[in-house]
Amino acid sequence: MQDFPYLTVLTGLPLLGALVVWCLPKARPELAKIVALAWSLVVFVLSVVMWIAFNPGGDRLQLRESYQWIPTWDARFTFAVDGIALVMLLMVTVLVPIVILASWHDADKSRRSIPTYFALLLLLEFTMIGVFAAADIFLFYVFFEVMLVPMYFLIGSFGGHQRQYAAVKFFLYSLVGGLFMLAAVIGLWVVGGHTFDWVALTNSDFATNTGRWLFLGFFVAFAIKAPFFPFHTWLPDAGGAAPAGAAALLVGVLDKVGTFGILRYCLPLFPEASRWFAPWAIALALIGIIYAALLAIGQNDLKRLVSYTSIAHFGFIGVGIFAFTTQAGTGAVLYMLNHGLATGLLFLVVGMLVARRNSANIRDFGGAGKLVPVLAGVLFFAGLASLALPGTAPFVSEFLVLIGTFTVNKPVAVIATVGIILAAAYVLWMIQRTMQGNLNPTLVDEPAMRRDLNLREKLVVAPLILLILFLGFYPKPVTDVINPAVQATVQDVGKSDPAPISGTTTEAAVK
Amino acid sequence: MTIKFPAFDYAAIAPILIVFGLAAAGVLVEAFVPKRARYLTQLVLTLGGLVAALVVLVTQADTRVVTAGQAIAIDGPALFLQGSIIVLAIMAVLMIGERALERGGPFVAQAAITVGSEEDRRQAARADGATEIYPLTSFAVVGMMLFVSANDLLTMFIALEVLSLPLYLMCALARRRRLVSQEAALKYFMLGAYASAFFLFGVALVYGFTAQVQATPGAHAGGVDFATIHAAAATSPANRALLFGGLALIAVGLLFKATAAPFHVWTPDVYQGAPTPVTGFMAACTKVAAFGGLLRLLYVAFEGARWDFTPVLGAIAILTMLVGAVLSVTQTDLKRLLAYSSIANAGYLLVGVLAGVREGISSTMFYLVAYGFTVIAAFAVVTLVRDADGEATHLSRWAGLGKRSPVFAGVFTFILLAFAGIPLTSGFISKFAVFGAAIDGGQTWLVIAGVITSMILAFPYLRVVVMMWLSEPGESTPTIAVPGALTAAALVIGVAATLVLGVAPAPLLNLSDTAAQFIR
Repeated sequence: MQDFPYLTVLTGLPLLGALVVWCLPKARPELAKIVALAWSLVVFVLSVVMWIAFNPGGDRLQLRESYQWIPTWDARFTFAVDGIALVMLLMVTVLVPIVILASWHDADKSRRSIPTYFALLLLLEFTMIGVFAAADIFLFYVFFEVMLVPMYFLIGSFGGHQRQYAAVKFFLYSLVGGLFMLAAVIGLWVVGGHTFDWVALTNSDFATNTGRWLFLGFFVAFAIKAPFFPFHTWLPDAGGAAPAGAAALLVGVLDKVGTFGILRYCLPLFPEASRWFAPWAIALALIGIIYAALLAIGQNDLKRLVSYTSIAHFGFIGVGIFAFTTQAGTGAVLYMLNHGLATGLLFLVVGMLVARRNSANIRDFGGAGKLVPVLAGVLFFAGLASLALPGTAPFVSEFLVLIGTFTVNKPVAVIATVGIILAAAYVLWMIQRTMQGNLNPTLVDEPAMRRDLNLREKLVVAPLILLILFLGFYPKPVTDVINPAVQATVQDVGKSDPAPISGTTTEAAVK
Repeated sequence: MTIKFPAFDYAAIAPILIVFGLAAAGVLVEAFVPKRARYLTQLVLTLGGLVAALVVLVTQADTRVVTAGQAIAIDGPALFLQGSIIVLAIMAVLMIGERALERGGPFVAQAAITVGSEEDRRQAARADGATEIYPLTSFAVVGMMLFVSANDLLTMFIALEVLSLPLYLMCALARRRRLVSQEAALKYFMLGAYASAFFLFGVALVYGFTAQVQATPGAHAGGVDFATIHAAAATSPANRALLFGGLALIAVGLLFKATAAPFHVWTPDVYQGAPTPVTGFMAACTKVAAFGGLLRLLYVAFEGARWDFTPVLGAIAILTMLVGAVLSVTQTDLKRLLAYSSIANAGYLLVGVLAGVREGISSTMFYLVAYGFTVIAAFAVVTLVRDADGEATHLSRWAGLGKRSPVFAGVFTFILLAFAGIPLTSGFISKFAVFGAAIDGGQTWLVIAGVITSMILAFPYLRVVVMMWLSEPGESTPTIAVPGALTAAALVIGVAATLVLGVAPAPLLNLSDTAAQFIR
């Protein structure tokens, strides 16, 4: 099975699915939903088979396929994955079926075509898989930009309050970042000898100044996408206005493209510039951790609150990446996965709550736990996972980031730890204000608020809860895949792990 | 004194001759074919003639020759650009020939009747449109084809006039909003005449320069063919003021046609006032011709002065991009918005021209073709959105169009994404090509300006998308007319080309790359 073109098929399948679903008759929305769900499950199964075919101890980039595209520029359809990309791909294929199931009734209210909604979700999956699977910088850029289009329409056409404003803001911010990257991609192509091949480009050296400018072009794009402070202002608007399922993908996956891009492109391509810019990047990340956490505490809108929490989490990921140790790097990648699961779950549960109350305002809730105990329990679990309680997956990653950073830079680790306390504040206070205390009398008048999670919704949250618990206790299958890739990346940057705790540290920390 | 008749390579210039013959035949049809049959005859004749010219052109694809006594150069760029002009002209003729949208077509029979008079109202309401539009189009195409292959400044001037004069007249023929149409024609004519005068004065200065150089003992008189200019500029011990002055004035004439700032002021008015099919024709074909001429002028005749003109033209490129991008943000009329976007695109094309390397030629030619297809498709959609008063071009009228007719709104969205340079459209590939060539040629500053203006320019496009999809349809949202077969064909060709050149651009990139070699 080694020769099977996994990545091409994995990328192409959702595109085909999107076309099929789009062509289904509008009059039969149920059919479109079932086809979309089944299709995304097939994609998921294929990705699991691919995971098995991937050899964690093998080459850095595996499952490589390369086809000619634009010979004049040496742009090729080159797909290949390292451990980091593989984990991200799995996260995409896990989340999309769950999101489709969770969005079952999202489009019903909007008076727009329901098949279109699910076709857009599959189209988004196509671009998300493509962006992680590409090993040709031109191809990566194409997916990076095209990704905007389905997301724009998901927010703009099917979103809630202020969706137009949020959609346009999202699109313009991302496009601006993308155009900076375009300039850098062209520059890289010219100075790198007219090739887009990732492997060839990582082996070439650039003049110091050229490298720094190119790094900056890529970094700005990724920092907007991630988003890092101060490029973050689009996320609360987009996350607040998007339908819950799309928001879960936006924050859970799309934003990871930014951090993934830094790990895959900025660090190995421009090691000197990465070292030079690292203090600045860490400073931004730290500001993000504290600032976004404070803003999250002050939010009255549930979806905006969750958006701000993820900006704080991206601060942690940023610190982990730019600490340049294997531990912190592995922690950052694991965080990317865990954050996708935990925040995805949080967004979906909040979406269920908002759909029942027809309002995302925290003041409209209060004591809701008495009406919907199971939903309240799931929200509580998602909240605890998102504040990185031991036993849930995010704890492992946050802990790895902090110790990995502590060994090289103590003040940064100490400041970042403050973020954990603030995280406890925003999560617990949010749950207290919505679920506990006296029952808000207006809630009783909402018939929907009396209905607890139904079977479909339980099916949505169950896999995520199980995964979070499983990876909280036994992250080894994932860390085994991530570790070699992160180690190679750290070596690319030219940093080695501090002597006393090298080698088996990751295993030790995990245990 | 004996005058030697210059040798003609008739095979090489056959495409030009065919279209010229086509134009002449069109005039004869006007004179001799009964009125009833004229429309069909002209349409079939024009389309057939253009296709025939294209076929002959393809058979001549390997020709590299300077003929007609140094006046015409048929080389790679000339053939590529002539082919592009013919293909785009075919699309434009399809739109011009459309009569299903409006009784009698989008044109009136006589442009000069006083607007508002009884007679004018009658012709606007009932009479069939002018079939003279077909020979006029053919003459303009001849001018354009000659323009991109002209090998001396006088031939170039004649070609410029041949392509311009029919366009002035075609602008005045709109069936609706007659006054705006006439104003557009007059404005275009007046400013165009000025530009031509600049061009001619520049030719005189350049002649003076070459004559001065050649005045050294043993040489013959000066000349305005590109080889002579090139040789004079390379070896000249003389004062180069005449050369620079001449080049500057000639460039004014060309940049006027290319809609570069600050010579762009006519563009929005003319694009808005002219009948929309004619606007599409101008936006696509005239641009190809203008930039084709500019390429040959700068890469063949004035190559030796590159380091002198690049900063100046670079500043013009940046100004053009800025003016186009910033002013399109404020537009409320769709045709004006497309006009400013076309100005900005002229700026991007200039970036490619100024790259100064072989990739500069090929990327500019690719850009011209890709942009031409997309812009004609854009104007084709504009002709479809109409109410009782004709086309509804005000932006607010397009609100909620996505609900009324998702297919056309989707097509237009795709076109706008192509203009914005989103990947998987030809717009992205062509921007990438010109920017890559410019960095290759060491013009990074132009690329940075190009990227920044692209960000600004994304906003107006996005505004239209928001209007169409995210706004609720109002009382005044017009309906989308069902396109006739001709407009549908033009639209399908344009959109398909935009998609194909975005997904699989390799063949055309190869073609433009192999063609990108001027001969002297």
